[in-house]
Amino acid sequence: MNLHGVWAIYTFEMARTWRTLLQSVLAPVVSTSLYFVVFGAAIGSRITEVDGVSYGAFIVPGLIMLSLLMQSVMNASFGIYFPRFIGTIYEILSAPVSYLEIVLGYVGAAATKSAILGLIILATASLIVPIEIAHPIWMMSFLVLTAVTFSLLGFILGIWADSFERLQIVPMLIITPLTFLGGSFYSIDMLPPVWQTVTLFNPIVYLVSGFRWSFYENADVGVGISLMMTVAFLVLCLLVIRWIFRTGYRLRT
Amino acid sequence: MDPTDIVSIENVSKTYATGFEALRNVNLRIRRGEILSLLGPNGAGKTTLINIVCGLVNATKGSVTVDGHDIVRDYRAARALIGLVPQELTTDSFESVLGTVKFSRGLFGKSANPAHLERVLRDVWLWDRKDHEIRTLSGGMKRRLLIAKALSHEPQILFLDEPTAGVDVELRKDMWETVRALRDSGVTIILTTHYIEEAEQMADRIGVINHGELILVEETTRLMRMLGKKQLTLELHDPLSELPDRLAGFSLELANGGSELVFTYDTQAERTGITALLDELMEANIGFKDLHTTQSSLEEIFVDLVKRPT
Repeated sequence: MNLHGVWAIYTFEMARTWRTLLQSVLAPVVSTSLYFVVFGAAIGSRITEVDGVSYGAFIVPGLIMLSLLMQSVMNASFGIYFPRFIGTIYEILSAPVSYLEIVLGYVGAAATKSAILGLIILATASLIVPIEIAHPIWMMSFLVLTAVTFSLLGFILGIWADSFERLQIVPMLIITPLTFLGGSFYSIDMLPPVWQTVTLFNPIVYLVSGFRWSFYENADVGVGISLMMTVAFLVLCLLVIRWIFRTGYRLRT
Repeated sequence: MDPTDIVSIENVSKTYATGFEALRNVNLRIRRGEILSLLGPNGAGKTTLINIVCGLVNATKGSVTVDGHDIVRDYRAARALIGLVPQELTTDSFESVLGTVKFSRGLFGKSANPAHLERVLRDVWLWDRKDHEIRTLSGGMKRRLLIAKALSHEPQILFLDEPTAGVDVELRKDMWETVRALRDSGVTIILTTHYIEEAEQMADRIGVINHGELILVEETTRLMRMLGKKQLTLELHDPLSELPDRLAGFSLELANGGSELVFTYDTQAERTGITALLDELMEANIGFKDLHTTQSSLEEIFVDLVKRPT
């Protein structure tokens, strides 16, 4: 295995984060903090507890998940799209690195960045609302698993996209609405029965539910199902990436 | 594979998804330690051929081995031996010079070697810029940086795709020196160029590609003799209806309704025959009012080569 190659890609991508610290870290932290202020403090103060948890604390896992999903997808998609856009991808494709090593480098860096960001947001939230983490290991497992899975999705998106507009479509028009409608700000028990059923087709529900369970032991769906759905999505992404590298889709002509 | 060959290209063809046939049944053996120049007009297939060997493009048919390693089945060993300098100036603007060279070395699986990277950057006159961001470099510096990146992992084979495109004359000559020094250190070099002078100055052998076909591969000195023809055009005072018999020994043609006499000669030959021709014209009392010489453009030479039987 070309570990030097993996490390080169990983450190290069991480270095990009430090170069763009304001955009990469501070901006998402500020915008998520605003959610806490608006939904948690201003509106949340007029909402009673949800499943025995104060509303401000209830939305924390959902908000972390929202940021985690968006950042994972955007970091990974930009990471691979930009070299394609400016042409430096030639160096990756002509190097003695396997597709698995390329994915490890890019997705590893994207997942690391978004996981760190998730933890920063958690720390920020704990300053604003009281937070308990019932199952810290499960919380970290869901955090890392989700970061990796959605970084894989972002990697696929970065290879599929042939313009910056397309690069923005999936995070803005698919991930954000699904996260908002996936129980980030409410328990799906609060929806009418028909919409509860519809919501179960939204994969984000399982991520938010599992992640929230690790905090408060409250879940819209069983934690086992949440874990299974996340792993299934991860495997699906891996299969798509395997196909991309085998066929050279949008990489090798 | 002959041990003196380092790259073997066998029956390689490439047809793109659009149906464009970029390469047709190309066979080429690149000798260890030589400088091979690939000449050809735009769209001839030079870059496609390089990109196939380097793993950027999949061949539709045929096989390539690099020092005995198949580029598909044994891609790690094959690619580790190759350095590529692409035609386009593709760089990460915000990365530092030293940072990007370190990245290239790591990517090719080599552990850190600051002394080697310093030597490489000094060789391309960029050591004093090592901490600068790439976006602050001039076009010529970026071109040299791409060479440094390609050399960072100590390759045995270096592909230079139009290395001096858009580079001023002085820098071009410096680059030739760099390439020669690399060849002297044992690196096999394959370069594509539009400049016939460049190929003449640098290459041990020249391959000519046109319409996806490798028309010929020849020792540079022999090819230059073949291509080094010039034409002397004499504007006659009185048009001729036919060439006098006494001029039959010269390579002459009448042009422009007999008002011009065109003499084709070999610049590489010991005697061009110009003096003898002018003497004969004087004795035949054929006067001329003006004269000029022309040399075929590279494009014209290619067309000429395509028409010739190989």
